[in-house]
Amino acid sequence: MPTRGFALPSPAALLSGIAFLAAVAGGAPAGQAATLEEALQGLAAESYKERAVGVEVLAATGHPRAIPVLEAMAKGQLFVRKADGSIVIGDKTGKVYALTDAADGTAVGDAKKKELKKVKVNNRLRGVIRAALGGLTLLSSDPRQRAQAAAAVFAARDAGALETVEQAIAREEDAGLLDQLTLAKAAIESNPEFPPDVRLAAVARLADSALPEVRSLLASLSQEGEADAEVRAAAATALEAVERDLAFWNLLGAIFQGLSLGSVLLLAAVGLAITFGVMGVINMAHGELVMLGAYTTFVVQDIFRDLAPGGLDYSLAVAVPAAFLVAGAAGVAIERGVIRWLYGRPFETLLATWGLSLILQQLVRTVFGPTNREVSSPSWLSGAFETATGLVLPYNRVAIIVFSLLVVGAIALVLRRTALGLYMRAVTQNRSMASSMGIRTGWVDAATFGLGAGIAGVAGVALSQIDNVSPNLGQAYIVDSFMVVVFGGVGNLWGTLVGAMSLGVINKFLEPFAGAVLAKILVLVAIILFIQKRPRGLFALKGRAVES
Amino acid sequence: MVRNQRYVVFAGLLAASTALTGAAQADTIKVGVLHSLSGTMAISETTLKDTMLMLVEEQNSKGGLLGKMLEPVVVDPASNWPLFAEKARELIEQHEVAVIFGNWTSVSRKSVLPVIEELNGLLFYPVQYEGEESSRNVFYTGAAPNQQAIPAVDYLLSEDGGGAERIVLLGTDYVYPRTTNKILRAYLNANGIADADILENYTPFGHADWQTIVADVKKFASEGKRTAVVSTINGDANVPFYKELANQGIMAEDIPVVAFSVGEEELAGLDTEPLVGHLAAWNYFMSVETDENETFIEKWHAFIGDEDRVTNDPMEAHYIGFNMWVQAVQQAGTVEVDAVRQAMYGQTFRNLSGGVAVMNTNHHLSKPVLIGEIQSDGQFETVWETEGVVKGDAWSDFIPESAKLTADWTFPWVCGNCEAPKFGDTVDM
Repeated sequence: MPTRGFALPSPAALLSGIAFLAAVAGGAPAGQAATLEEALQGLAAESYKERAVGVEVLAATGHPRAIPVLEAMAKGQLFVRKADGSIVIGDKTGKVYALTDAADGTAVGDAKKKELKKVKVNNRLRGVIRAALGGLTLLSSDPRQRAQAAAAVFAARDAGALETVEQAIAREEDAGLLDQLTLAKAAIESNPEFPPDVRLAAVARLADSALPEVRSLLASLSQEGEADAEVRAAAATALEAVERDLAFWNLLGAIFQGLSLGSVLLLAAVGLAITFGVMGVINMAHGELVMLGAYTTFVVQDIFRDLAPGGLDYSLAVAVPAAFLVAGAAGVAIERGVIRWLYGRPFETLLATWGLSLILQQLVRTVFGPTNREVSSPSWLSGAFETATGLVLPYNRVAIIVFSLLVVGAIALVLRRTALGLYMRAVTQNRSMASSMGIRTGWVDAATFGLGAGIAGVAGVALSQIDNVSPNLGQAYIVDSFMVVVFGGVGNLWGTLVGAMSLGVINKFLEPFAGAVLAKILVLVAIILFIQKRPRGLFALKGRAVES
Repeated sequence: MVRNQRYVVFAGLLAASTALTGAAQADTIKVGVLHSLSGTMAISETTLKDTMLMLVEEQNSKGGLLGKMLEPVVVDPASNWPLFAEKARELIEQHEVAVIFGNWTSVSRKSVLPVIEELNGLLFYPVQYEGEESSRNVFYTGAAPNQQAIPAVDYLLSEDGGGAERIVLLGTDYVYPRTTNKILRAYLNANGIADADILENYTPFGHADWQTIVADVKKFASEGKRTAVVSTINGDANVPFYKELANQGIMAEDIPVVAFSVGEEELAGLDTEPLVGHLAAWNYFMSVETDENETFIEKWHAFIGDEDRVTNDPMEAHYIGFNMWVQAVQQAGTVEVDAVRQAMYGQTFRNLSGGVAVMNTNHHLSKPVLIGEIQSDGQFETVWETEGVVKGDAWSDFIPESAKLTADWTFPWVCGNCEAPKFGDTVDM
């Protein structure tokens, strides 16, 4: 095993060839056609090792076709046509592959899977391809491609790419990219084949960037395997500084993760805050209403796929009201059909709704099948916002935090600013007085329960983006939801918000030390103790509002 | 009076129905199917129930067995471990089944074990598991650790697999992951990977929030050594785990994840584009190109009536197990458990994934081991496989107290859990 952990099996000479040829690539590809053919055949060699060499040979030709061919290969779209042994790129549409010639990019007809032999790639080969593409695309005109290339060069740290990196640095105008490129240059120059003073300067440059990858590199430089004592010492000092910075960013990361977990808890619990918190109904089928919302998302997406595939990215906008209506209708039906007969009998309500939850689960299992359903994430929710310091904020998590706050805001508005909200508050605060004022309490009960159920359905839309859409989806959230509502204070929306967020953050801070299982137990014990001290939760309703 | 009359009618009906089933018993052989059709495990086990129905139907179309038709008896233990034991008892005592095909989780198997041993039943267990068991009444057609976990780690440490120097062991908190990881830790230590370079982490069933753990893995990997993850995460928790990997941008080229409980079925609910290159170790992949596999997939699609349904490793295990049982019954000329068990040893059947499976006297199969990478279409592509078949090992060589144990049920020198076989047919469990 080589001491340089990241060394790739690429001879330095070959890669310097890439660097040189890539620089002149645009110029005269004509004379290289023959070598391109040979290089392409090398890709289809028997073993992964030979294919890795083939990749490097192809990259070394510097031919403009090398980039699309290598990209196709990394994606598993490169094939050998069995009939004539030619190398083709196959794009699967339905059951057939539309073929283009690898050498010149012209379309050469269709083929079935049986007529093709795939050029297999494994992780090691993908790494080699990524490094080769990095060298080839460093001077690309697309800034995103350049950024990827810089990252690839950083990971490969091959001395052969140094010349290209320097060229790229000379012509780069974007400050962020320039930073990445100089970092890649420093990574290369930290290699043992460079003179000590260059290496020390490189380590100093690396120390400026608190990135996990840099930490990895510095850690390997500060270990026993490093021959130069001065470099080792410098790397160790730099490592300390980087780790200090990283600790700060990790802390921010943990807070973000806590808020994100909190927002998920909030979404799951906010419907319950109405049905349990405001109405006092112990609804064990709450989780299943969430699940109905998630399945509604699936159905809506399915309809979009059939009718308007182009609009799939916006299907969530339709799914949110649809899920509200579906789960809300189910909620009204549950209230009118079951719960209404059981008011004031919490134990019977608990058992009846628990039975309902099993019925709903099995119903969904029968209709949609027991396996998970795939809900795709719209493209604008995929990916992550990455800061220069390696803090990763996935878009879908950010979106869920924002969404949960919007939902809470909307409910607060309904409760405070609408007639329904007024009736709801009146009925919960003093049922007989409200009734004698002419409010139809039965109707208000149904509407309130429907609202809570509808919100649960909306939560299901959000959860379908991060969790399984399976019949068991709801079960995972029911206990947590009750925990949040009880902790935050029954009947108090603000309490639910603060309760969910603080439980999320506490959980995430405990998890690294205690592990996921123990962290959950600790939080549960803490809440039980807390409830002993403050039976009404964080924010208790006061005065006559509490009807006991 | 009215009440009493009702009872009489009821008793009469009951008697009639027993008489009917009694009559049915004469000309059918009953095959018990003990898979959860509701609850958390329904996601995986329903498919196996369908597979069994397909296999029975096929056998019946060939004229049944010993001149009789096979009759499947399906019960639903509802992912409830103690209920598995009750249902197993019901199958053997009330329905008098000749054999049971069933169970998925190890905990459900452990629950069935005493019942099946007490009543001398026969169980075919189709799922990869942690080993450390050999019952006289169970045939294990899934992989033992040396047929899955050990080859997978060998691959991760090899040059082709990325030459990992640090290993993260992630698992769901129950018996299978904990035992497997105990074996793997001993094996890694023996291969020069110190405890400092092993990170072990357990999560509850259905764990949904993987942010911290994935971030920890990233951190562990950024300490200057090539890192790989071995996942024994089971069931539903896999989907959010893989989504989080994709979210945090962990590429398979940098930190490969090899899983032992993720197959084609589990990937069905996932967008696999960002997961390309992560690995799984099984004895079978749907993508394997053999004639047997092609026929099997065609039959499966025809039976289930859906071209999009996938096949997976435990289905192959049932396929092999059922066909071996059929052969053993034909040889023994009876469905009597003791005779069939004796006829099972040395049975061979062609694997769907190539080569020939052999049933050994330790009740485990010899099968090939495949490592596959996830592809963007939700299938696996084999990137490495063993030369020939590997014999399943009931007791791991890497746990000191197990290494000296043997499992050998060659009558009359029998033993499932002792240092040397004893003479006689006494059960030694």
